[in-house]
Amino acid sequence: MSKKEQDLQEVVEQAIAQQKVPHVKIKGIDPHSIDIARLTKPSKETRQERWGKGLTALAILLIGILIVSIIGFVGSHGLATFFTDKVNIFHFLFSTDWNPSAGPNHVGAAAMIVTSFAVTLLAALIATPFAIAVALFMTEYESGKKANLLQSVMELLVGIPSVVYGFLGLTVVVPAVRTVFGGTGFGILTATLILFVMVLPTITSLTVDAFKAVPKELRKSSAALGATQWQTIYHVVLRAARARIMTAIIFGMARAFGEALAVQMAIGNAVLMPYNLVSPAATLTSQLTSQMGNTVMGTLPNNALWSLALLLLIMSLVFNFLVHLIGKKS
Amino acid sequence: MRKENVSKLLVVLLVVPLFLVGCGQSKEKITIVGSSALQPLIEQAGNDYHLAHLDSNIVVQGGGSGTGLSQVQAGAVQVGTSDVFAETQKGIDEKKLQDYPVAIVGIVPIANKGVGVKNLSKKQLAAIFTGKITNWRQVGGKNLPIIVINRSRGSGTRTTFEDLILNGKDAVNSQEQDSNGTVKKIVNSTPGTISYISFPYANDENIQKISIDHVQPINKNIPTNKWSLWSYEHMYTKGKPNKATAKFINYVLSKKVQRDLVPKIGYLSIHEMKVSRDSENKVTKIGN
Repeated sequence: MSKKEQDLQEVVEQAIAQQKVPHVKIKGIDPHSIDIARLTKPSKETRQERWGKGLTALAILLIGILIVSIIGFVGSHGLATFFTDKVNIFHFLFSTDWNPSAGPNHVGAAAMIVTSFAVTLLAALIATPFAIAVALFMTEYESGKKANLLQSVMELLVGIPSVVYGFLGLTVVVPAVRTVFGGTGFGILTATLILFVMVLPTITSLTVDAFKAVPKELRKSSAALGATQWQTIYHVVLRAARARIMTAIIFGMARAFGEALAVQMAIGNAVLMPYNLVSPAATLTSQLTSQMGNTVMGTLPNNALWSLALLLLIMSLVFNFLVHLIGKKS
Repeated sequence: MRKENVSKLLVVLLVVPLFLVGCGQSKEKITIVGSSALQPLIEQAGNDYHLAHLDSNIVVQGGGSGTGLSQVQAGAVQVGTSDVFAETQKGIDEKKLQDYPVAIVGIVPIANKGVGVKNLSKKQLAAIFTGKITNWRQVGGKNLPIIVINRSRGSGTRTTFEDLILNGKDAVNSQEQDSNGTVKKIVNSTPGTISYISFPYANDENIQKISIDHVQPINKNIPTNKWSLWSYEHMYTKGKPNKATAKFINYVLSKKVQRDLVPKIGYLSIHEMKVSRDSENKVTKIGN
């Protein structure tokens, strides 16, 4: 017996002597029949462990490669507008002259940038009060059947595909806006109204979580001080949940900013600086979806669209960053 | 331990793509990408062709004319379909591509029923789309502002319309819609609108078709170029097509497809044309 095996035998004998876990039947094992080779090799469980770890690592690796290549691809094409086609970046950001097939001096995206932000902010602005009201109802005033019903209604709203919203918008909202406010019915207002319905469930469900996260003790102490329910909601719950509500709004805005199909069907797709809420306009996303099939890869019109995509990507990073910033602050 | 993992990783990484590629590999696979206007025709033709040639595998996808041309130029697909000549697209080298015009489609200006106009001269039409005429009263209609609904920039229909009617001038910046169906719906419901769609979509009581210079927008007027607002539907291959692709293109050009399927979809057979038009819109008589 080699030195190593002897040591091992000792360890085993010691273990049997000191055995404190009676249900493991080490006692039945004869120290001399111990399979040293088996003991020194990784066990089945260890291999499982490594296999599992490997699988997750592989998944992470693939997703990582995917993300890096998406950013790389959008970035390289989006930046080609500025480096290969020599479009001035200030012209791109601040000019409203959008006709990329006419040359590098007609690649101004300002009208689309302004419109994208306008519909996003307006939709969030309208949706937030409603979302907070619904969330308050679901958490503070009712928590039983009615809240559950509302919850399922909100979930249903999330599940409706955006093309359905767009179609409804085209058939119902557009004529309504045309009759009430004039114009063609296509424009920022119509898009805002559709986006309002689309972001409402996002903001609401996150706001519900925000209110649920407010400790019960705060409400109880407030009640103990003699505050009414409304006073408690206004002075305690809303304030305590402020950061999380902000996060909810930003998530809603991110959804509105990136929505393409429904907006495209309702906004009119005219790359013009909007001069009122019912004049036809175009967002970054609507321009992307309606144009991408008509451009040739590698040409300026195509690269210009990639630049719009890059802008969208950057904006979604900004939204994410804001969420993290708010999360850290609170 | 590391080695074992790495090898497993490699196995997965190698096997998965091989499997995916393996699935797609068939003897006669033809991928056709591009024009959404031509898609229904090619899809139907592909299905019929498959019934007669069971070993064929034809995949038809939309994506737009620009996509079709750039994909076929890149060699990613066997056939790129397009509503416009490859010559008119920047970034496409038409010398590398082989053009097969397979059908003709007419384009017709349409207006809302309430505008009170049924005919426009070519000049008036151009003036409307360049923003010089802004009220229907100016062309003999009702006192109603004109709302121009344009088609997506770079789309086949718009390119053809602008080349033939506006003579290359820029259209007024206005609303844009990219599908025939949406345009029809909007024109139908919005007072004062004008736009243009392809013939197969125009058979609708709820919209006003507009004749140009008193020529009726009907298929009969196209072969002689009396109705000049039409375009080719092209199939492009990169260089000479391979055997399977050539066989399918021949099938699309065959009498069977051209006589039955093409009119059924609402297009005009390429064989009926008495004139031809090149990429610079020069029209010449065919044959005698």
